[in-house]
Amino acid sequence: MGILDSKVPAGPLAAKWTKHKNEIDLVNPANKRNIDIIVVGTGLAGGSAAATLAELGYNVKTFCYQDSPRRAHSIAAQGGINAAKNYQGDGDSNYRLFYDTVKGGDYRSREANVYRLAEVSGQIIDQCVAQGVPFAREYGGLLDNRSFGGVLVSRTFYAKGQTGQQLLLGAYSAMNRQINRGKIQPFNRHEMMDLVKIDGKARGIIARNLITGEIERHSAHAVVLATGGYGNVFFLSTNAMGSNVMAAWRAHRRGAHFANPCFTQIHPTCIPVSGDHQSKLTLMSESLRNDGRIWVPAKLEDAQAIREGKLKPTQLKEEDRDYYLERRYPAFGNLVPRDVASRAAKERCDEGFGINKTGEAVYLDFDAAIMRYGKEKALTSGMKDADDKTIRNLGEEVIENKYGNLFQMYEKIVDENPYKTPMMIYPAVHYTMGGLWVDYNLQTTVEGCYAAGEANFSDHGANRLGASALMQGLADGYFVLPYTIGDYLSNDIRTGKIPTDSPEFEASEKEVRDRIEKLMNGKGTHSVDYYHKILGKIMWNKCGMSRNEKELQEAIDEISSLRADFWENVRVPGSPDTKNQELEKAGRVADFLELGELFAKDALTRNESCGGHFREEYQTPEGEALRDDENFKFVSSWEYKGEPKDAVLHKEELKYENIELKTRSYK
Amino acid sequence: MKLTLKIWRQKDANSKGKMMDYTIDGIDGDMSFLEMMDVLNEELINKGEEPVEFDHDCREGICGSCSLQINGEPHGPDRLVTTCQLHMRKFNDGDTITIEPFRAKAFPVIKDLIVDRTAFDRIQQAGGFISVNTSGNTQDANSIPIDKHDADDAFYSAACIGCGACVAACKNASAMLFTSAKVSQYALLPQGKVEAVDRVQNMVRQMDLEGFGNCTNTGACEVECPKGISLENIARMNREYLSASVKG
Repeated sequence: MGILDSKVPAGPLAAKWTKHKNEIDLVNPANKRNIDIIVVGTGLAGGSAAATLAELGYNVKTFCYQDSPRRAHSIAAQGGINAAKNYQGDGDSNYRLFYDTVKGGDYRSREANVYRLAEVSGQIIDQCVAQGVPFAREYGGLLDNRSFGGVLVSRTFYAKGQTGQQLLLGAYSAMNRQINRGKIQPFNRHEMMDLVKIDGKARGIIARNLITGEIERHSAHAVVLATGGYGNVFFLSTNAMGSNVMAAWRAHRRGAHFANPCFTQIHPTCIPVSGDHQSKLTLMSESLRNDGRIWVPAKLEDAQAIREGKLKPTQLKEEDRDYYLERRYPAFGNLVPRDVASRAAKERCDEGFGINKTGEAVYLDFDAAIMRYGKEKALTSGMKDADDKTIRNLGEEVIENKYGNLFQMYEKIVDENPYKTPMMIYPAVHYTMGGLWVDYNLQTTVEGCYAAGEANFSDHGANRLGASALMQGLADGYFVLPYTIGDYLSNDIRTGKIPTDSPEFEASEKEVRDRIEKLMNGKGTHSVDYYHKILGKIMWNKCGMSRNEKELQEAIDEISSLRADFWENVRVPGSPDTKNQELEKAGRVADFLELGELFAKDALTRNESCGGHFREEYQTPEGEALRDDENFKFVSSWEYKGEPKDAVLHKEELKYENIELKTRSYK
Repeated sequence: MKLTLKIWRQKDANSKGKMMDYTIDGIDGDMSFLEMMDVLNEELINKGEEPVEFDHDCREGICGSCSLQINGEPHGPDRLVTTCQLHMRKFNDGDTITIEPFRAKAFPVIKDLIVDRTAFDRIQQAGGFISVNTSGNTQDANSIPIDKHDADDAFYSAACIGCGACVAACKNASAMLFTSAKVSQYALLPQGKVEAVDRVQNMVRQMDLEGFGNCTNTGACEVECPKGISLENIARMNREYLSASVKG
């Protein structure tokens, strides 16, 4: 086992977490006041962890690059949050949520972590309601639910298409309460530049004040990284412009293993790329697949006519449309998991059925739902013989109520009315299942350094189900870390404040300063974005929705030489001693240029297809992913050894004792 | 499209700023306003000049980072959008566009178009929360039914993204719409009733301390709000404040 001891407690699955909580050490309230914790990132995981740890009595410092914790990218999550409440009485349970998540992740996640996630999911909803999060309700005053991909129950709680916003503002309000009490000290517009280790333990960070450019030392008894995912390695993604891997990558360079970097989620329903100027992609929530039907023309000539603007989608007869998800996957239809839906869209577009100028888009059509809801609304309003126009108007109102903000967003971006003509969508990079390796306690391979939320790897395997990211972020922050970190800190009650004038802090700070100087001293041939865009193209073309050995090898070589070029020739204008957004970007892209190569190397090593990782060499005759449990039922955990090509692979074998390994089928 | 841009440049909080002129060509109607700014910055960097700094992050209208006073209006001429979702198709070839930071005493400029909006955080810290511990040991989420209309109204108030457009739009730089949205969210929900008296008083006190102006009911904030936060929130906060003052 060696370095990778998952520390999963013994005993039956459903009893593990309770048993663990009963057995771990606690820190008494008076001692908590003498212990400092740094939380980097203030999204759902970081915000909820900071609030809870402060409430318990620890002294918490939070760091975020945004101007306020409220702006962390969790805010952009649209669709909802899962919880096994079984309020709908449709057969849901902790086990079923656990089962769906492990299956959805294509059997590459750790059983015990996922079960715990399902177990605390109900508490999350209770907690958020108590905090005043305004979830959607039914007319009777109880909470409403909807369905998401890859499941057969309705367990998703939501607040219109802004669930992430409302949950994050809930966590932010909990933080504010602690800031008001003086228990959280927020450092906004600050970026973590390095992790400081003393005697093998994480004891602080080096941060850059993004307004003044000052380099600061901050010490603590433990460091929590809740810094999100690394989807921006693709340049174009649904992540925020500032989302980056720096904190996780700096920790990786200090000894924290990076697990499954190639497991990336490409979300099927995003607004298609419109041109070279594009700076980011916009997601259209998966909740739309509850009511929208996905299709392309059944005939190539129709697809071509639509691309040339000679034919409108609404003119196409029912029999001339190919509802390819309903055709291929009758059991789950439009609600297959994200990886399956994305690949199916790519397959149709690769065959020439794409429907926008670039040939890379499919339709998401609400016409049937508008008429269905309209009929129901007419009946319940006492109109027995309503005409089609009235029914359509009523139906559009229902749809507007459910998805109004998403439809408005679509119209603003695309300049088309999605109530009248089908939306155009295409897959885009959205979430990264890979991340820092953590044990059952969410501790990385660096003692005292924890990773929570999207920044860790543990719960979603090779593919994440919709509405599970919010669940995991809040579970880690509100209900897991506060227990497990106490167990670790119980050994630190006599340590006292960690001084920041030690040689370790000195050395880390020097490295940070040297790196900044090196970035500022590039020859100045090309801008940071120039490199980032090239990297993004390599990643999308060679490490995207489908991958093969030849192209992955090419990607490794190309990224490696791009990195060398970057360090030689990048142009960072201005000074390091002021606000300097180009310098901020440069530091982030420098790390993406290392991570990207490890990503490709990880994909090359994994000779199977599973979840979001589709290797062309490993597929069934029908084009479905071909998993290899005999040889690849493990977590790839990479140890830093300098250049990404020298990274060393460690394997954590995954054990499935409570779930039968099956070929994932949604047919 | 070819455009003339008049942009506020300011080195840092202590320096004096000024408007500078730039011309830009090849702008496509499908670009967002910030993508147009990206093009300008790429040109400036390639010429060896310092790019124009502005706040932005999610670029999908929800994080509230982006700001900009465009031709005198917060978030520009379109309605119900943030600057990141404003598209260039709203402008015409040959237009001159004036781009300034949000202006308010309580929002000092940090650099170029970036302003300091931490005053908003401090208003929230003064009372924008419900004092329940995050133990998860609360009652079941469905144990208090909440009228759907109240829940929906609370949601509409809670949809505020804290961008500061209301302050920038107001001739008095008042933060009433921002503050009242949070007060309203909790006033509409049973969970918020317990601390209602202290909350409204503490938040209003902080709002005044930060140097925001008074509300004179002109309604510019509602017009410019990218999320359509309604003036009703201000009316509700005034009622809450009055009733809190009576209760003491």
